[in-house]
Amino acid sequence: MNGAQALIESLKREGVTHIFGYAGATICPAVDALKDTPSIGYTLVRTEQNAGHMASGYGRVSGKVGVCMVTSGPGATNLITGIATAYMDSIPMVAITGQVPSHLLGRDIFQEVDITGAVAPFSKHSYLVKNSNDIPRVVREAFHIASTGRPGPVLIDIPIDVQEQTLKHFDWPETVNIRGYKPSVKGNDLQIRRVVEAIAKARQPIICAGGGVWLADAQAELLKLAEDTGIPVVKTMMGISLMPTRHPLNMGMIGAHGNHCANKALAKSDLLIMVGTRAADRAIVQPAEIQRRMATIHIDVDPAEIGKNMQAAVPLVGDVKVILRQILALSPTPPDCAQWRAQLADYRKAELSRQFPSRSGSVFPGTVMRRLGDKLEDDAVVCADVGQNQIFTCKYLPQKHGRLLTSGGLGTMGYALPAGVGAKVAQPDRQTVVICGDGSFQMAMNELAAVKCAGMDLKILLFRNNTLGLVHQIQSRAPYHGPFGVDLDGSPDFETIAAAYGIPCVTVCEEENLDDSINRFLAEKGPCLMICQVHPDVATTD
Amino acid sequence: MKQTISVLVENQAGVLNRITGLFSRRAFNIDSLAVGVTDDPTISRITIIVDSGNSVVEQVEKQLNKLIEVIKVRTIPEDKMIGRELVLLKVNATNKTRQDIMTICDIMGAKVDDISPNSLTLELSDTPDRIDTFEAMLRPFSILEVVRTGVIALQKGGGKI
Repeated sequence: MNGAQALIESLKREGVTHIFGYAGATICPAVDALKDTPSIGYTLVRTEQNAGHMASGYGRVSGKVGVCMVTSGPGATNLITGIATAYMDSIPMVAITGQVPSHLLGRDIFQEVDITGAVAPFSKHSYLVKNSNDIPRVVREAFHIASTGRPGPVLIDIPIDVQEQTLKHFDWPETVNIRGYKPSVKGNDLQIRRVVEAIAKARQPIICAGGGVWLADAQAELLKLAEDTGIPVVKTMMGISLMPTRHPLNMGMIGAHGNHCANKALAKSDLLIMVGTRAADRAIVQPAEIQRRMATIHIDVDPAEIGKNMQAAVPLVGDVKVILRQILALSPTPPDCAQWRAQLADYRKAELSRQFPSRSGSVFPGTVMRRLGDKLEDDAVVCADVGQNQIFTCKYLPQKHGRLLTSGGLGTMGYALPAGVGAKVAQPDRQTVVICGDGSFQMAMNELAAVKCAGMDLKILLFRNNTLGLVHQIQSRAPYHGPFGVDLDGSPDFETIAAAYGIPCVTVCEEENLDDSINRFLAEKGPCLMICQVHPDVATTD
Repeated sequence: MKQTISVLVENQAGVLNRITGLFSRRAFNIDSLAVGVTDDPTISRITIIVDSGNSVVEQVEKQLNKLIEVIKVRTIPEDKMIGRELVLLKVNATNKTRQDIMTICDIMGAKVDDISPNSLTLELSDTPDRIDTFEAMLRPFSILEVVRTGVIALQKGGGKI
C-alpha cells in the first residue's frame, strides 16, 4: 500500500463518501487511488475555490466533514478563499493538497507554494506530511480536529513522493489523543445555576442564537428553552433558519442589515442570552453599549469568543447542546415577561405585514422572497450568496423547517451556487434553491457544469439589476459621491448561458407574473434558472 | 503593564511560526520571546513578555490555547516570578578606562568573557531592569555591540505550570 492508497483508505474509514476536487500533477497518485474506490463519489469543479465551497455546503447540510482535494501551487492558492470562508463560519472541512516532492521543498520549483504557511491564520490546523506511515494518524486527527469543539477547516498537505512511498504498515489509530487539544463539553454547574437565577429575575429577556446552535445540532434544545421560559428569540445571520418565521417567539434577525423588530428587542432587553454566537460587528454593532445596558450570558464552545468582542456577566464554555440540556434539567422558572412579549409581537406583526414598494418592469426582491418562501417545501435548503440578495433573503424569506446556508463571516461572493451543489450532493432528495445576484452569479457560474453533469435538481434564482447592488447602495450615501465601477455592463444574456448548459430558464419582469413563474421554476424536474429583473436603484432598506 | 506568559508547546517544526503569526494577526505586541526545549525533549517552553492590559493578555492566552500544538499556557504573576535575561555586551576599553569598567562589573556581578587591547566583552544574567542599568552605566564608555536573550521565567516555590 502506498501513501495515496493509505490516504483514500483512511478517508473511507472516516466515512467519507464524496470528494470535491480538481486534479493536477502532484495530487495524481491520490486521484489514481480514488479511481478504484467506488464508495467515494467525485465532483470535478471548474475552479478550486468552489471545491472548498462545495465541501462547505456538504458539511453544513450533512453535519459531516466536507472533503476537498486539489493540487499544489495555484490549485492550493485558489482553494484559500474556500478554506477562509469555512473558517469564518466554523464549518467542519478537511482540505487535501498535493505538494512538490519533499526533497525539493523550499526551492520554489514548478507549482510549489507554502500552503500550510499561507492558511495558518484562517485554518483550525494544518499538516505537512513527511512520511507515508503518518498518513492514517494524520487523517484521523484532522477529522477529529475539524469536527469537534468549534469546528473548522483542517488542511493536509502531502508531497507527491510521500503519496508514492510504500507504507511499512497501515496503522489505524482507534482513538485520537492530542495533548494540546481537549475541547470543553460540559458547562460549569455553578454558572448554569446563575443562568437560571438570571432568567427568573429578568423582565425583558432575549435569546440571541447563532450558527453555533446548528453546529452543535441543538435546534430542539434551543426551541425548548425558548418555549419553556417564554423568552423571545432573535438570531444572527448564521442562525436565521433555527426557528420558523411564524413561531410566536421568533423576532427575526439582528444586526446592521437585520429586522427592525429584532434590533429593537436587543436594544431594550434587560437580559441577553447569547447562544453559539460571537457578537461580530455586523450582528452587534455597538457591543460596548449592549454591555453597559444589560446583563449578558454568553454560551459558546470556544472560550476565546467569550470576552473577545463583548464581556459577559455569565460566561459559559462548552458544547451548546450539552449546556442547554443542563439548563433545561433545572426546569428554569419562566420570567414574568408577558408584557415584553406582547410589545415585541406588535413590532413583529407590523414588520411582517409591511407593504413592499413595486415598480413596473421589475420585481422587488422582498416580494420575491415572500412568495418563494411560501411555495418552498417545509425542509428546503436555501443558499444565499453575498450582496443585496443575501440581505433580502435573510430579512424576508419566510423560514419553515429548512436550512439557510450563507457565507456570513467572510462574505464570499460566488458562495451560493457551489454550496448548493455540495448541499445537493449531501442530500439529493431535499429541495435546494440557490439565490444570487448577477454579480455573485458571474463569480461561480462555471459550476453550472457540475449541475449539468450530475443532472442535479438544483434551482437557481438570479436577481438581475446589472449592478453590484449593495456596493451601489453604499456608494449612493455620504461620504461617497455616487456609484462608480459597479455597473455590470458586458454581462452575458443569462438565458443563453443557461441554454448553453442545457438548463431551462424562466424570466420574470412583472410582479403579476411572479407566482406563475415561481411555480414553473419549482415544478421543473432537474435544474432551472429563474431570472428576476430588479431595478438598479433598489436598496435593502426600501 | 508587562506580563509574562509561559507556553508549553510540542517541540515540532513550524510551531514557533504559528505562535508569532498569531500575535501579528491578532495585533498583539510581543516585547520579548525566548524558546528552548524542556526536560521532556518532545516539549519546548516559550516565554513571552507582552506589554498590554489584562483583557488583551486574557485574549492572548485564549488564542494561544486554541493552537493544537500548544499544551499549556500560564501567565506568571510578577510577584511570584523569577525572571532572568542574559546579555552579552562589547564595550570600548583602553588602559585608561578598563579599571572603571571593571568596577561596574564588580558592582553588578558581571563576568568578563573576552578581552582585547581596546575592548571588553561582558556577560550578565539578571532581571531586565538591572541589565538596563548595567547598559546605561557602560554607555559613556561607548558600547560596540549588545545582544540580549529575552526573559526566561519560572514561578517561585515548588509548583510547576
